[in-house]
Order: sequence, then structure tokens, then C-alpha cells
Amino acid sequence: MAVVNIDRVLFVAAVLFLLGLTGVLTRKNILFMLISIEIMLNAAGLAFVAAGSKWHQPDGQAMFLFILAMAAAEVSVGLALVMQIWHQHKTMDVEDLNKLKDE
Amino acid sequence: MSTLFYLSSLVAIVATLMVITRYHPIHALLYLVVSFLAVAMIFLSLGAPFVAVLEVIIYAGAIMVLFIFVVMMLNLDKDTALQEKQWLRPRVWVGPALLTLVLLLEIGVLLVRGDLPALQLAVVTPRQVALSLYGEYLIAVELAGFLLMAGIVGAAHIGKHKKESLHRFLREETDAHEASAGDAREVHTGDGEGIPEKERKTWQL
Amino acid sequence: MNELAYIPALPLLGFLVLALGGRRMSQKAVAITGAGSVCAAALLTMVLCGQFFGSGAVGAAAGHASPASVHYDLQLGQWFHAGALSISFGLRVDSLSLVFMFIITFVGALIHLYSTAFMRGDRDYARFFACMNLFVCAMLILVMADNLVLLYLGWEGVGLCSYLLIGFWYDSPANCLAANKAFIITRIGDTALLIGLFLLFKELATLDIAAILRQSPGHFRLGSPVITLIALLFLAGGMGKSAQLPLQTWLPDAMAGPSPVSALIHAATMVTAGVYLIARMHVLFQLSPLAMTVTAITGALTLLVAACSAMVQTDIKRILAYSTISQIGYMFLALGVGAYGAAIFHFFTHAFFKALLFLAAGAVIESLHHEHNIFRMGGLKDKLPVVYWTFLAGAASLAALPLVSAGFYSKEQILWYAWRAANGGTALWLAALAGAVITAFYSTRLLLVVFWGEAKTSVSSRPGRLITIPLIILAFLSLTAGFVEWPHNLLPVHLFSGFLQSVLPAPATRSGGETIGQLLAVMATLAGIGVGYQLYHRQPEIGIITRWQQRPLAAAIRNFLFGGWGFDRLYDTLFVRPLVSITRLNRADIFDQLYVAVVRAARTGHRLLSASQNGSLRWYAVGVLMGILFILTLLL
Repeated sequence: MAVVNIDRVLFVAAVLFLLGLTGVLTRKNILFMLISIEIMLNAAGLAFVAAGSKWHQPDGQAMFLFILAMAAAEVSVGLALVMQIWHQHKTMDVEDLNKLKDE
Repeated sequence: MSTLFYLSSLVAIVATLMVITRYHPIHALLYLVVSFLAVAMIFLSLGAPFVAVLEVIIYAGAIMVLFIFVVMMLNLDKDTALQEKQWLRPRVWVGPALLTLVLLLEIGVLLVRGDLPALQLAVVTPRQVALSLYGEYLIAVELAGFLLMAGIVGAAHIGKHKKESLHRFLREETDAHEASAGDAREVHTGDGEGIPEKERKTWQL
Repeated sequence: MNELAYIPALPLLGFLVLALGGRRMSQKAVAITGAGSVCAAALLTMVLCGQFFGSGAVGAAAGHASPASVHYDLQLGQWFHAGALSISFGLRVDSLSLVFMFIITFVGALIHLYSTAFMRGDRDYARFFACMNLFVCAMLILVMADNLVLLYLGWEGVGLCSYLLIGFWYDSPANCLAANKAFIITRIGDTALLIGLFLLFKELATLDIAAILRQSPGHFRLGSPVITLIALLFLAGGMGKSAQLPLQTWLPDAMAGPSPVSALIHAATMVTAGVYLIARMHVLFQLSPLAMTVTAITGALTLLVAACSAMVQTDIKRILAYSTISQIGYMFLALGVGAYGAAIFHFFTHAFFKALLFLAAGAVIESLHHEHNIFRMGGLKDKLPVVYWTFLAGAASLAALPLVSAGFYSKEQILWYAWRAANGGTALWLAALAGAVITAFYSTRLLLVVFWGEAKTSVSSRPGRLITIPLIILAFLSLTAGFVEWPHNLLPVHLFSGFLQSVLPAPATRSGGETIGQLLAVMATLAGIGVGYQLYHRQPEIGIITRWQQRPLAAAIRNFLFGGWGFDRLYDTLFVRPLVSITRLNRADIFDQLYVAVVRAARTGHRLLSASQNGSLRWYAVGVLMGILFILTLLL
């Protein structure tokens, strides 16, 4: 198989992760934030798989599977929350959801 | 295969960039599918076909469907896109973008400095992964099962379309308020029948 | 000699019972507990005295050689132990301690008996007896201690109890001020004493009294600076407790307490602590001629100053207070000239007549609706006969009426030693003689103004039997207690000095002039009495006194003396006001600013951090990002 430098793969993973992070930081819409979090999780999985490939071990892929499971659970709960928020506040603006603010 | 890797990496990065810059949720989600597919290609190029398939099926399939489902249920259309456009001003995104850029630079420097060797790719077969999962990671798999179960139950519970109640204390308050308002009305309108003498006195006080 | 421990333990037990359960006890039970414990201690002391005499101490009195001083030792256990210092609860009773114990318990018991009637109906009956018992206990510990640390415990305990009792009626601010004053001024002396203890320990590495007395003549050179310093510090301690010249101002104000308290403070406890300390440590003083001289001069000055103030006071208890200061001055004078036995003898007689005078004064005050001013009394001779006759006995003893009063024998001895002892001199003798004249004068004045003349306030109640019996016993002793020791040119009876001989050496004297001295002393007393009689009884109509008071100079002198020679004002200007102004300067509390700054920093930090908790999810995410950046930058 072809030779790919591991740092390249990790760099791509970092770029994806940071794009996701930028999304979390810049978007006010809570749905977009969830999407961005998915991107970040995916990037983390990519890093795991790359590491597993480097050592020719299945552990990286196993980890990716767990991340996948976690992402699925998180997305289902997160989306349910998004729906509740929409129903109750009629808004997607995360800045409006600051009930935990210290008065 | 390295060509495949670079190409799909490029696609993944560009598609992700599009995801976080779209105003309309559906557009963003479609780009996200593209991004996931590209990442699946990267997995393939790294010699992880099982994961690549899972990426397509679960991420690009199941999870995206969930998102699109929610977008459709909430009926997020042009108004949302307009609002997104108002929200996504340069003033808002320049700062975080610069910060993440700095972070990227630092990671890049760390990676270059690490002077990691070239990756001798070898396919890790689904069989190996399966053996690993049901061998050493058995408990983790079980735990993942629990997690998913919790996710399902949590989603089902939270997603129930309840009345406008933020908190149980708040609800009690409103309930009590409503109840007292109802009673008061009863006292005012009714002639006092059906309410015990003592109670009526209290209300009048 | 295990019963030794019971003597201080009984009042302590009484204190504990009354302090813990006094509120729930009836007045009768309180009285029985409070007075009973001290009476039991007094009985035990008398038994002890009997044993003591039986064991050969009297042999010394009869002139036999008794080289080993008789004493009882009792170790009750270790108090604390630190390095080379080991302090035990050790009691040691020799003839000196025994004299003090006898006075403390016997006079104390009489005062307690008196108090059961005197304080009846007081809201804090139990608290009163608890404090009195503790007072007696502390004083007993003071005189029975075999080491100086235990002595110091008693010393401080006495100070504490005096504070509690002077401020007994604490709802009046004046009483609290008087209590504070007594406590603070005596603390000055206490501190000096404590420093003296440290120095002594540094020099001798022991605080055991017997060891100190044994070792110090070998350790210290005669008149060396160290021993002089130690002796002067001890003297300063004694000055504080015994109200001697620079530190005497607390005692007149200490009259704020109930009359039995005054009697206890003046006769049996507290003010005699200084006398005991110096007598007990006489070996140290003898090594320092300077300290001896200072002691004698202090005593002489004090007796004159206080006697002059006593002359013009109008408050019956203040007169007695100044007379106490004056009489303690006599004791210090005797100590200073080396006549320790004479000092203790004077303490012995003084305890009886001063307790008597205070208790009688208390009875008078109580009978006259708490009237303190003697010029509003008068004519009580017929209305309160028992009080009058006993008061007469006490006043005679205070004035040292020749031959028939106890005060004569002790004061005459002091006068003689002040003149003829090796350390004495004509100046000291003249001061003492002048003091005797003044003492006789004001005693006469007091008696005549209070009991003779016309009645100015009606008598509301007559003292009961519990009040008169102690008065009668004390009056009897005030007249007869002096017969145990006679001037040796009159009768060869020296029971008291013989009793003390094993502990306190007799001073070297220059012989001669005894009869002349005695005659002069007698004449001084009679002159004082005569002048008093002339001024206050024979010719009140002529009104020499009132005419004098109209002259500005005489009035100024009178006011100066009345105010205690202006010591209070002097201290007020010298110490109190500067301190108050310093505290006022520091009212803003400069050092507190440091802590305020800490608080302010914490508040500011709190505000900044709570501002960061703004409920914005993205803001938190930025925080996380910054953290990652920080860590990665550190890794780079």
C-alpha cells in the first residue's frame, strides 16, 4: 500500500476538528452547534483510526466504534433537547438559554 | 493510494468549511454528508474498510437522517436562514477563527517537530476488529450498549411534547396560582355553596 | 500531714459547688456551703497550729536551740514539666505560712459569717460566696506554695478574685471601672514579679522556695546588680498587690465592692500578699541593701501620703482604705529595715482591727440606708451600741492606744526598729512617728464624727446577731492580740517573734533609747487623739475646721489631699490620656487595612470570576479553547 505520513493524517484530523470547533464558537444556532460537535467527534475518530493504522492494530477502529456509539447517543439526546427548546422558547439562539447565569 | 488520501482530505476539509458557513440548515447538512463520505474515503485509504462502511451507514446515514428529520419537524426554512445570516457577522466569527487558527498552527508545529515516520499502511480487516471488540473490549461494548440505551430512553423522555413547564417548582407555582385564581373566581361568582364555612372565611381574608 | 491539702481544698470545693450549682441552691444552703467551707478550713488550721506547737516550735520560743526550722511538706503531684523546670503542686507550711494561714482562714471565716447576714437578699448571693471562697483559696495557695510558680498562681488568683468582687455590683459603670483599675494596676506589679521570677530562674535554675533561700547567699554577691534587680522587681510586685506608693491608687477605689469584700481584701487577703512575698523572700532582699532601702523608703512615704489623705476623706470606707495603705506602709517600712518579725506582727494585729473596722463600717452603712459620708452620720453611740463599742476597740487599735490595744504593741515595735535597727535611721523613724500622730488623729476624727454628736440620719435597721458576733470576737482580738509580744523592756514575753524566729531572723539593733522611743510614740498617739478630740468634739461650735476650709490655701491643700495627692490625675495625664490618644490615632486601624485589602481582593476576584459565568455556552467553549491553547503553548 501507499505510504502516507502519519502527521499528514493527523493534520487533516486537526483541521477538521478545529473547523468543528470554529463552528461551535461562531454559530448561535443550537442546531449548527450540534452539527459542529459531530464534525469534531468525527475528526477525533479519524485520529484514532490513523493511529490504529500506524500500529497495524484494530484498537483504533474499536475506539472509533465507541465514539460512534457515543455520537449516536449524544445526537439523539441533543436533538430531543433541541426540539424541547424550540417548543418552549421558540428560538434556536443559544444566547437566550442562559438560565444558569450567575445573577 | 496517497492520491486518494489527499484528494478525499481536500474534499473533506472544503465540505466541512461549507458546513460551518452555510445559513440554511439543510444545505449545511448536505455538505456534512459530503464531508462524512470524504472521511469514509480517508478511512478506506488508511486501510480501515470496516470503519469506512460504518461511517457511511451510521454517520452519513442514520445520524444525518435524524438531523434532517428534526429540521423538517421544526420547519426550519428561509426565516432561519435569514436569521443565521444576521447572526453570522464577521465581528462574530473573526475572533474564534483566529483563535482556532493559532491552535492549528501550534498543532502543526507540534506535528512537524514530532518528525513522525511514514505510515506503512496495512489493511486492518473487520475480522480483526470484531475479534478485538468481542475479546478485550467486551466490557466497553457492553457499556456502549448501556450508553445507547440511555440515549434512547433520554431522547424518548425529553422529546415528549410536554406542556410549557421549565421546572417542577415553576410548574407547581403556576399550578397553585391557577388553582387559587380559580377558587377566588368561584368565591366571587358563586354564592358560597359547597365551600366549607371556615374555608370561605380564609378566602375572604 | 495529709490534712494540709484540705485547707485550701475546702474553699475551692465550696467555690466549685457554688459556682456550678449555686443558682439552684437556697440561700440557706449557699450560706452553709460558703461560710462552712471556710470555717472548716479555719478549724483545720487551728488543729494544724496545735500540732505545730506540739512539735517543738515553741521550744524555740522558750529560748531553746532549734536549729532545724519546723515545717510540714506535702507534695500533691506534678503540675508541669519542661526541660530542667519541674513544677509540682507542693505545699510547705512553716511558722510564717502558718501565721498567714491562721489570719486568712480565721478572719476569713468571721467575714464569711458576717457576710451570710450582710449579703442576705442579694440577687447574686451564691456568686458572692463562690468568689469569696475562691479568694480565700487563692490566698491560701499563695502562702502555702513551696515554689514560686504555685505562689504566682495564687497571686494571680487573688488578683482575679479581687476583680470579680470589686466589680460585684456590676450594673453600675463606676464599680466596673474600679474593678478594671484594680486589676490593671495590680497587673503592673504582677508583670514585674513575673520578670523577677524569670530572672531568678535564669540565675538559680530553680523556683523552689526553700532551694532559692538556701542557694542564693552562695550564688549572689552582696549588692550585685542582678540580685538588686530581682529584689526590686519582687518589690514592685509587692507594691502592686499591697498598694504601695506608686501603685496605691487602686485601693481607695476598690471600695466599690461590698463591705465584707473590703474587709477580706484589706485584712486577710490581697494587700498582705506583698508583705508575705517580701518576708518569704527576705534572703534575697538581705543580699541587696539598695532594695532594702527602697522598701523602707517606699513604706515610709506611703504611710505618710496615705495617712494625710485619710485625714480629709469624708467617705467612711475611703478613710479606712487610706488607713490600710498607711498601715501596710508601716509593714513595708519594717520589712525595709529588716524587722520582718515586726512586719508580720503588725500584719497579725492589723488583720483583726482592720477587718473589724470594715465590718463595723459595713454595719453602720447598712443601718443608715447606704450612707457613706461620715458627716451625715453621727449620734450612733446610743443607737448602735455593739457597733460603737467594737468600732471603738478597732479605732483604738488603729490609733495604737498604749498598752490596751493590739495595734500599740506592733506599731511600737516597728517604730523602735525603724529607729534603732541597723538599716533604720532617724528620718524613717520620724516619718513613722508623724504617721502615728496622723493615724491617731484620723482615727479619733472618724470615731467622733460617726458615733458622737448629733444624729443626722435615722437608723433604719439594727444589725443581727450574725453581724455582731464576728464584730465582738474581732474586737476582743483587736485589744488582746498584742499581748503575745511585749517590748522587751516592759515584759519578757516574745511568743510571736520566738514563733517566727526559725524563719525570719531578728534584725541587728543598736541598743538604747527604748524608753524614750516608747514615750515619744505614746505621746504621738495621745497628741493625735487629743487634737482630734479638740477639733471634732470639744469645739465644733467654734468651727475651726469650717474656718480653715474657707481659706483658699487650706482648701486647696485639703482638696489635694482629698484627691489622694493627685496621683490619679498624674497617671491620667501621664499614661491614660496618651494611650487613649494613641488608640484614637489608630482608630482607622492601619493594620486592619491589610486584612481589608485581602477581603477586597477576594471580592474583586469573585466579581471578575462571576462575570465570567455568564450563562453563555459559547463563552465557556472559548474558555476551554483558551485553556487548550495555553497548555499547547507550554508544550511548544
